[in-house]
Amino acid sequence: MKIDKNTINKIARLSRIKLDGKESEDYIKDLNSILDWVEQLNEVNTENVEPLSNISSSILPKREDVSNDTNSSEEILENAPDKLEGFFAVPKVVE
Amino acid sequence: MPKSSLKQTLKDLETKKISIRELNQDYLKRIKENENLNVFIHFSEENVLKQIDNLENNNSEKKLKGIPIAIKDLFCTKNMPTTAASKILENFHPTYESFVTQKLLDEGSIFVGKTNLDEFAMGSATNTSFFGNTINPLSKENEPLAPGGSSGGSAAAVAADLCLGATGTDTGGSIRQPASFCGVVGIKPTYGLCSRWGIAAFASSLDQAGIFSHNVEDASILLKSIAGFDQRDSTSAKVDIPNYFENLDDDLNGKTVGIPKEYSIDGTPMEISQIWEDAIKVLEKKGVKIKNISLPHTKYALPTYYIIAPAEASSNLARYDGVKYGFRSEEIDSLDEMYENTRAQGFGREVKRRILIGTYVLSAGYYDAYYLKAQKVRKLIADDFNKAFKECDFIVTPTAPSAAFPLNEKQNDPIKMYLNDVFTVPASLAGLPGISIPFGKDKNNLPLGIQILGKHFDEQQVFNAAVSLERSYE
Repeated sequence: MKIDKNTINKIARLSRIKLDGKESEDYIKDLNSILDWVEQLNEVNTENVEPLSNISSSILPKREDVSNDTNSSEEILENAPDKLEGFFAVPKVVE
Repeated sequence: MPKSSLKQTLKDLETKKISIRELNQDYLKRIKENENLNVFIHFSEENVLKQIDNLENNNSEKKLKGIPIAIKDLFCTKNMPTTAASKILENFHPTYESFVTQKLLDEGSIFVGKTNLDEFAMGSATNTSFFGNTINPLSKENEPLAPGGSSGGSAAAVAADLCLGATGTDTGGSIRQPASFCGVVGIKPTYGLCSRWGIAAFASSLDQAGIFSHNVEDASILLKSIAGFDQRDSTSAKVDIPNYFENLDDDLNGKTVGIPKEYSIDGTPMEISQIWEDAIKVLEKKGVKIKNISLPHTKYALPTYYIIAPAEASSNLARYDGVKYGFRSEEIDSLDEMYENTRAQGFGREVKRRILIGTYVLSAGYYDAYYLKAQKVRKLIADDFNKAFKECDFIVTPTAPSAAFPLNEKQNDPIKMYLNDVFTVPASLAGLPGISIPFGKDKNNLPLGIQILGKHFDEQQVFNAAVSLERSYE
């Protein structure tokens, strides 16, 4: 079994998703069955094969390095759950 | 009453046989009559009427002026909220317009509403949406069927004739599979043909926008409208977009079709093997040379996809943290608590499952064994296609391994659900264009789909083969 209780807690923590006990149990089961299933990729010989990360054949286009001030902070803040004086507001970090 | 095509409607509008208002009121009426299907996450009659008013006061000529289009609720739209079918984006009002929807607006189309989908496009049945299931319009009473997914709302909107076309996105089959389940046409173009700008990201190396329509001609008109280069998407391609519709040519004489032997898989229902054979026979009669080809790494496509897509999703969905937009949990004693509770309460089960698996395969110590390995197998899968296309002009396969299944089937076993994409995922990994067209029915009279795949940016060949098969079937 690749995923145990410690591993699922670690991944959940890295993902910033709080899991309750029942959920952890379910995900341990799901993730193990998915990881067992993808294991079949080990049958494939990939020696000297380049990993494919970008399917697009085009070379990344360059643009001119000019600043572009859209002055859109108000627009950007429009959807914020909490804001204060032109900033996103979050719970206090420093006591 | 037969459904009117986009092509015919454009003529009727031009000759003033029907007005923009009359046309759209007809669609509004049907939308309201079909509310039980739960096709739309957002629908506002007032909004549609406002769009009609604006167009009536606009004298400029536009290619799609007044045409009712449904938009998958993954595309950011300024005049309607955008949720990605997730609680975490409930009440999100984009302040900008996606590239694809802007193109459709520029051409004068009317957005009738935002369609339902699997949460963040993760699913194959439109049953992971925070806003409930969409029901396949072809369901019999008391036997609700899934419309497929993730773009199930858009496929259902076209099938129920609630619009003349709809946008979708396809990451591993999310346009082609629901098109097959709902008996409509769905095309996923080449990766890079349509800008991804303003589409809520799922797996960026795979996501691609596309079109649902009543027939192939309509799809060829609409795809031209949403394609094009955009510097805000670094993978958007600088290619000329042909006039697919004017160039449509159903004469396939002398072409070669590839039939991949690896797509004959155990457990595929007879009826599906049968329509595949029927399609091949039709092509043969049209003077198409049949070439048996091999795509040897096909069986590894699904496991490859289910490493790459969740890995990219776990990274893309990190942005939903309760700070900048969308839902924020009430339980926020500290910043970390806020993140963890917001994401725990804001995401549904399938999305969390994929974030967790994606985080695992990218985590220290496992990256090479999973993610890097999958990228290498992806290369082999893409190479298989490149080799095959040296010997053929297009490839024909079934679209999905089944017809539409009952709404609540396959919910508990993720791998069983993932197998829906067995015929669509390989082309997604290779970035190839693919279309699904209705072709035959199963014993319950439900539609089945045939998939046609083409070379990169050879959408024209895909459309030509599709229109040829469609015309022979009608």
